[in-house]
Amino acid sequence: MSDSIVIKNATIINRTSQLVADVKIENGFVAEVGKNLKGDTLLDASGCIVSSGFVDLHAHLREPGKEEAETIETGSRAGALGGYTALVAMPNTDPPQDSVAVIDFVREQGKRAGLVDVVPSGCITLGRHGESLAPMAELAQAGVTLFTDDGNGVQDAALMRRALEYAKGLGVTLAQHCEVAELTKGAVMNECRCCTDLGLPGWPAIAEELMVFRDIELVRITGASMHFLHLSTKRSVELVRAGKRDGLPITAEVTPHHLSLTEELLSSYNPVFKVNPPLRSTSDIQALKAGLLDGTIDAIATDHAPHPRRDKEMSLDMAPPGMLGLETALGVVLAEGACEIRDIVALMSWNPAKIARIDKAHGCDVAVGNKANLCVFDPELTWSIDINRLASKSVNTPYLGRTLRGRVRHTIFNGLPTVIDGQAQR
Amino acid sequence: MKHLRSIDELGLDGLNKLLQLTDHMAEINQRPVPKVPALRGRTVASLFFEDSTRTRLSFETAAKRLSADTMTFNVSTSSVNKGESLRDTVATITDMGVDAFVVRHKSVGIPWQISAWTTASIINAGDGAHQHPTQALVDCYTIREATHAQNFAGMKVTIVGDIKHSRVARSNIQAFSMLGAKVTLVAPPTLLPPDISHWPVDVSHDLDEVLAESDVLYMLRLQSERMAQGHVPTLREYSEQYGLTQKRVMGLRSNAIVMHPGPMNRGVEMQIDPSDVKNSLIHRQVANGVSVRMAVLFELLGSGSNLGGQA
Repeated sequence: MSDSIVIKNATIINRTSQLVADVKIENGFVAEVGKNLKGDTLLDASGCIVSSGFVDLHAHLREPGKEEAETIETGSRAGALGGYTALVAMPNTDPPQDSVAVIDFVREQGKRAGLVDVVPSGCITLGRHGESLAPMAELAQAGVTLFTDDGNGVQDAALMRRALEYAKGLGVTLAQHCEVAELTKGAVMNECRCCTDLGLPGWPAIAEELMVFRDIELVRITGASMHFLHLSTKRSVELVRAGKRDGLPITAEVTPHHLSLTEELLSSYNPVFKVNPPLRSTSDIQALKAGLLDGTIDAIATDHAPHPRRDKEMSLDMAPPGMLGLETALGVVLAEGACEIRDIVALMSWNPAKIARIDKAHGCDVAVGNKANLCVFDPELTWSIDINRLASKSVNTPYLGRTLRGRVRHTIFNGLPTVIDGQAQR
Repeated sequence: MKHLRSIDELGLDGLNKLLQLTDHMAEINQRPVPKVPALRGRTVASLFFEDSTRTRLSFETAAKRLSADTMTFNVSTSSVNKGESLRDTVATITDMGVDAFVVRHKSVGIPWQISAWTTASIINAGDGAHQHPTQALVDCYTIREATHAQNFAGMKVTIVGDIKHSRVARSNIQAFSMLGAKVTLVAPPTLLPPDISHWPVDVSHDLDEVLAESDVLYMLRLQSERMAQGHVPTLREYSEQYGLTQKRVMGLRSNAIVMHPGPMNRGVEMQIDPSDVKNSLIHRQVANGVSVRMAVLFELLGSGSNLGGQA
């Protein structure tokens, strides 16, 4: 029999209950919930929340291909520190995740690191080129449930329709990065007054909204289920809200940075603020927050996108888009104060686990017999980033110098602590 | 003043100060030996990642007339072609000991990024479609010289052409407005930024409508690739609508002045030879370029020493 761990005096947040108790973990499962529990390792959690571990629907782990920026191991560690127990790995690797061999490799590297469940997503189209379908059935047999060409939207409407039809037969979900490419050529930031002043080509909201609209209508005629990645505009939220009202099988996510940062930051000329879709306006942020509250948006996903320093030292137009997110997501979202803690657990754990179809092991209530994938966090603790102590291999965080609120204290993955008192254990 | 990167950063006081200093420099340039020792021992590096005739040569001439040493960085023969990053390039040149970088780059914001990597002063000689502050200084000085106006209150300046992609327009709109001019932009909507409601300008799509009202007609260059990008259907059509023709010159006020930052696209925005335009200041713009850039270099690098004496 393995050693037992007891989380002491935490406020347990479950779907229909909330109580202060101890949680005993044994053999990878929650063994007991109650008062004054004893065990081999005691983890203090006074004043903290214990919930199911977070699930990120959108992490770029960069392996294989760009290990200079991140590896599956370093990304997993960053995830564990952020309270995550599962990460959906985006497929824009090199080679891309469009073959069983690459999918298996990513999953195996995840197991080798052993810090979170690494859940590889598959490409919709071969090479993410938007020309022909990836072998979705083979990939589905290899366990892929979420398909996306993230970084690229599938531009060809007929091909997207085929992909949705094909996906329906396989019972898998397609996730779209909504961007009509003709409207965003050379785009660096949101099309706005600030972009006018800077003389930069703009990334207009309509480029996202047109594809959101198109895909909602394609879902309507195909009946396939569809997830919208990193929504960033007010109209996108309205379109998804209307689609859900019609009962369509659609879900949507928003990133912490689109909830907290605005377009004006680009006037610092610092490419750390360049991201795709771009940072938008305050009114977009308000609409996204409203979407979180009324259930239009199902999940908060990081779009964790590490880039090596030298890439982010290029000019605004040449630097690649993307920013770190895994280690700061909770602290950013709580600092924004957009929703209740219970909502945050739903948005960061329960709902994404369901969308990724890993809800047997993740996003489960903290209850006897359930897999012990747990996150313990202090919702009040304020902190700021120490760039020298990031677990990620890259440092392109936009939150330097900002005060974040809420920090992960312990993370339990498969019954074992990956993080204790904010320190990674492996 | 440490850097000159945008008109915004310079502000009205800085602008006036540099224009006054330019008068001194213009006087030096009138001398039989137009050279002073003011910046002896100082080194100015030109870092031009984009082609330039006027700006680059006038900066180099300005530096030499102030007795500064110059270093010219030629992108096509540099280690940039071996993949050296901009940061490493700047660090390398800084290590050799330079006091100022004169930077032109196709990318917006490069002068600000570079300032974080070097202790030298940065002079923006054009960053993408963003800013070209010394051109704005040249243009303000040239208008002042021609009109003898200390400020531009009540003056109507019309800027015609590709505002959207123009760093000259962005710097000039700020500078002319700061000095009190009323600026009108004339362009097809495709050559205007999508939202300029916050700019202190009027907008027209009809050049003939505003021609007779203008004290200054400022023509911008239209690059031929704008046609391929669908901003205008054909250069001929653009030229018809927005080019300076003989007929339009006739429609100008008798004392209205015509300007162009160069290089001109003859037959496109300039359908007429500028020498046929009575009040064209295009040659004055070039001539004043040296004096203005001397003023900028002296302001950033000078130690307040006097400008007199011979080198």
